[in-house]
Amino acid sequence: MDKRVEKDTVAFTLNGAPARITPRPGERLSESLRERLEARDVKIGCNAGDCGACTVLVDGAPVCACLMPAHQAEGRVVDTLRGLVARDPATGRLARNFEAQGAAQCGICTPGMMVAATALLRETPAPDERQVMDALGGVLCRCTGYRKIIEAVLATGTVPAPSGNGAVGDAIRRLDGAAKVEGHEAFGDDIAPAGTLEIALIRSPHPRAAFRLGDLDGFAATTPGIVAVLSAADVPGRNLYGVIPGFEDQPVFAETETRFRGEPVAAIIGTPEAIAGLDPGSVPVDWTRLPDAPTPQEAMAAGAPQLHPGHPGNEMCTGHVRRGDADAALARADVLAQARFSTGFVEHAYIEPEAGFACMDGDKVEVHACTQAPVMDRDALQGILALPAERIRIIPSAVGGGFGAKLDISVQPYLALAAIKTGQPVRLCYSRTDSMQATTKRHPSEIDLRIGAARDGRICGMAFDGIFNTGAYASWGPTVANRVPVHASGPYMVADYRARATGIYTNAPPAGAFRGFGVPQAAIAQESLFDDLAGQLGMDPLEFRIANALENGQPTVCGQVFSQGVGIKSCLTALRPAWARERAAAERFNAENPTLKRGVGVAAGWYGCGNTSLPNPSTIKAGIRADGTLFLHQGAMDIGQGANTVIAQIFATALGVAVGRLELVGPDTDRTPDAGKTSASRQTFVTGNAARLSGEALRREILARVNAGPEAEIILGAGAIEVRDDATTHRIDLAALTPDAEGYVLRSEETYDPPTKPLDADGQGVPYAQFGYAAHLAVVEVDIALGTARAVRFVAAHDVGRAINPLMVEGQVQGGIAQGLGMALMEEYLPGRTENLHDYLIPTIGDVPEIETIIIEEPDEHGPYGAKGLGEHALIPTAPAILNAIHHATGARLRRVPATPSCLYAAIREVRDGT
Amino acid sequence: MGYHAPTDLNEALDRLAAGGVRIVAGGTDHFAARQPGPEPVPLLDVTRVAALRGITRQDDGWRIGAATSWTDIARADLPPAFDGLRAAAREVGGIQIQNAGTVAGNLCNASPAADGVPPLLTLAAEIELRSVRGTRRLPLSEFITGPRRTALAADEMVTAIHVPAPPEGARGAFHKLGARRYLVISITMSAALIGLDAAGRITVARVAVGACSAVAQRLTALESDLIGRRPGEVALAPAHLEPLAPIDDMRAGAAYRSAAAAEQVARVIRTAGEAHG
Repeated sequence: MDKRVEKDTVAFTLNGAPARITPRPGERLSESLRERLEARDVKIGCNAGDCGACTVLVDGAPVCACLMPAHQAEGRVVDTLRGLVARDPATGRLARNFEAQGAAQCGICTPGMMVAATALLRETPAPDERQVMDALGGVLCRCTGYRKIIEAVLATGTVPAPSGNGAVGDAIRRLDGAAKVEGHEAFGDDIAPAGTLEIALIRSPHPRAAFRLGDLDGFAATTPGIVAVLSAADVPGRNLYGVIPGFEDQPVFAETETRFRGEPVAAIIGTPEAIAGLDPGSVPVDWTRLPDAPTPQEAMAAGAPQLHPGHPGNEMCTGHVRRGDADAALARADVLAQARFSTGFVEHAYIEPEAGFACMDGDKVEVHACTQAPVMDRDALQGILALPAERIRIIPSAVGGGFGAKLDISVQPYLALAAIKTGQPVRLCYSRTDSMQATTKRHPSEIDLRIGAARDGRICGMAFDGIFNTGAYASWGPTVANRVPVHASGPYMVADYRARATGIYTNAPPAGAFRGFGVPQAAIAQESLFDDLAGQLGMDPLEFRIANALENGQPTVCGQVFSQGVGIKSCLTALRPAWARERAAAERFNAENPTLKRGVGVAAGWYGCGNTSLPNPSTIKAGIRADGTLFLHQGAMDIGQGANTVIAQIFATALGVAVGRLELVGPDTDRTPDAGKTSASRQTFVTGNAARLSGEALRREILARVNAGPEAEIILGAGAIEVRDDATTHRIDLAALTPDAEGYVLRSEETYDPPTKPLDADGQGVPYAQFGYAAHLAVVEVDIALGTARAVRFVAAHDVGRAINPLMVEGQVQGGIAQGLGMALMEEYLPGRTENLHDYLIPTIGDVPEIETIIIEEPDEHGPYGAKGLGEHALIPTAPAILNAIHHATGARLRRVPATPSCLYAAIREVRDGT
Repeated sequence: MGYHAPTDLNEALDRLAAGGVRIVAGGTDHFAARQPGPEPVPLLDVTRVAALRGITRQDDGWRIGAATSWTDIARADLPPAFDGLRAAAREVGGIQIQNAGTVAGNLCNASPAADGVPPLLTLAAEIELRSVRGTRRLPLSEFITGPRRTALAADEMVTAIHVPAPPEGARGAFHKLGARRYLVISITMSAALIGLDAAGRITVARVAVGACSAVAQRLTALESDLIGRRPGEVALAPAHLEPLAPIDDMRAGAAYRSAAAAEQVARVIRTAGEAHG
């Protein structure tokens, strides 16, 4: 035997069975496990040891498989989540606890978390919270806020029973949770068979550059394993896309000039070996760096490069709201607070980078990728590919976190173009660097805000002027520009108001949708100045907010009057007990501690659910087959937030069956009607209503067939439905009915579109059918000698109208708070400098403290069973509550986030020494 | 291209002498820094060389094998003088990194923010370098010559870290400051080794600061001034921080680093002092 071959073969034990591979020199164990041994339960989030998603046990010790040379596995025992769940009873209990506690939301970090937790539990069967944090500190989660993960690990000895049968209001576990905790969930990069052709994108190394493509076809012909190269010339349709009509300004491939660092100019398609061995520098492209305008200030200056025709001064667009006379009110106000606030780029940092797979099915192209908006993806591809909708099928994979950035297409056009060009299946997974460079961010903002108040504590005039850096392309920038003026008042009664938000194009990554669409940035300014006003008036900050809280019957700044459902006062008053307790506790703590100072801050927020004054429909379809099985065609993307469960709970309640009877279908653009995008906190409200209407319609049809009364009980049986009405039992023989083309003998399909009205030139109208409301209390401890801030506790009151699933409400609140905490204290994306998860910091398990969630239920007349949206609300008050707590603790007022130790220290020194 | 994993140290040294290979051990820096494209040179995996692993007590101190993992250090039965090193071991990335990453790898990577360097400086560690030409020892302060630069010759590898027997009764401590709790690159970090007399006055003082200069530094002027004082009454003067030259980067400003280092040094000395009970 050739000695070399023997040496290059690596034999080890994988999940109890012998494994033998022949890796390339320097191949990462993670790649070997996923691509050579089908262990796709090992997730790759960063390839740098920063996220821990790929954690496996090697001889019982947790390591990052992405940092281990595959050759080092020789003779070792390697365990992954799937094997541990199957073979270690402790991991099995852990899996059930993760489900029961809601510890897996999107599920992409779950394998890493559970493998690391297994190692802990083997050594320490009954750990305390600190030990759990130490053991899981190497795994990042972006969805859950970690608290439920900690609870799941602490509770390993017991497994709580599911709560209720899944009716609206029951805190049931996720219907799609088992796959997530057992390692079988298939995310964007888990679909493609091993050996599938891969795509590498050639990206601009400069913020702005002219370029010339060399002989790409010659490069493909002479480079082994490269089968095709794509560039702008290969786009059969329009080489421009965008999410807002009239703002389709982003090319699939730049044509002559790139507008941001990371913008693609070409795609190389080849075998996995060829792509793994591809040196991007060997692809013939000549770059000429051009002067760039990275910030709005530079982009608005005379002589700045103009990014897009028709947008002089690089102004993308501006949104306005005017009500009353802000200037007159500010002039007569007894006290005035004003300041400039600024925020930087914030990266979504979901642990799953954008990824997908595409193949041809006859003349139809199928794209399997992570997304928040499958129908929008199809619409975008129609234009790019110049194909009718019938020839494009979007089958979303599981989504490993989205938070807004997966509303835009990313990998999809490259996958579709490559599958069509080669006629072969293809795959593409962004590296962490790709994902951070090229996909959307939260808009940086510069906000000038003035607010006045009268001596009686009432707000008297507010003037808001915000500049938002929308980056190189519009993406959801117009939405931010329009939403911010509608929301910048906060959930308060402000009679005299003027707000303007302008998006400016720059040579920076496109800023787009991120949980809150600009509202979190605005809330930092408004809620900080509210504390300033309360201070000037000598009022308690919480009572000042309660006094100004919007009530039923009062107009919003858009002149919209809700006769019901305005729950902000309930949220704020619910914080009173914690406020009194925590303020007193902080005072006691500070009296005893010279260096550590605690502060308690409060902030509120609101958020209009669904599109702003635009049609926004969702459709839900259901059908019953002759054998009695009931299918729910559920097209609302579950990106971890729980739509698969919540929509099913609403439908099951409306129909009057247990949720366990439902078989979920989809999402799939060929099989599920359009349930719209998972965005703007709209799915529970809008798709939830479609599910309610669809369930009610099916119920009506069943009851009508047997003339049963509205209170009758429906029992789905094998081949028959029993309807019990008082003492009578009716029977519908399903086999006697004629099935339709889909095999359904009974069906329903209903659409809901929230009632809104257009906004006039002053932003007056009915932008949303409902708002959700929130108020957060933050306790923060500041080390005044080091400038470090640590959150100690949160109390979060959320008016959700009706908690369809209280477990998932808590999950959204905790996850939103973790992201708000990151924005407040550590997160800022700097193009070219923080393109990884060790320079760009998101909170770890040790940074998120105890969170008490108070659920307020002020029913909304439009919401399904009174429910309101929640997703964005959970993040909006967090950062200002933290900043207000820091101010309370130290007297230092941070007007720029993140409040890193360096910035906080400087602010404290300024207050203490005047330096 | 290839992958070599010798079990014998001499074979590893021969490979190294033949040139054209890159050493890999825990892989935690190697793969984190990997750029897209093929592995440029064959890898020499040193983790199967038994002589490179483990901590042994010797007549004149301790020998820490180059490929000893941070977890091995955190769990080793070592005297209290090593408490700073063991605390640092628990701050090198997360547990996954500590299980794979090696002490020599941390030193050879020569990051200004390498967590292992300040405590090893306070332990007066010496680095054992070997090649087919022979063995030499360098003080750690001479081994790391600059950011990402070491005194290693092309054919040399680190085979061990030698820690001379610390002063009797001295205790170590380590403090790290970053913008989040886990998995964080230090803004500043400080290590101290403090010995006290029966009256609680400092008799041994070694203090080192990392991430505030191109290479972590001992604060020798401070160390001299500490002798005879109590750990709780340390007053730092600007001159004490003269060896530091902090920079502005995305993690913090230089002025902040200086201020934070001064505070952190005072605290780490106190922690080491309080460890005496």
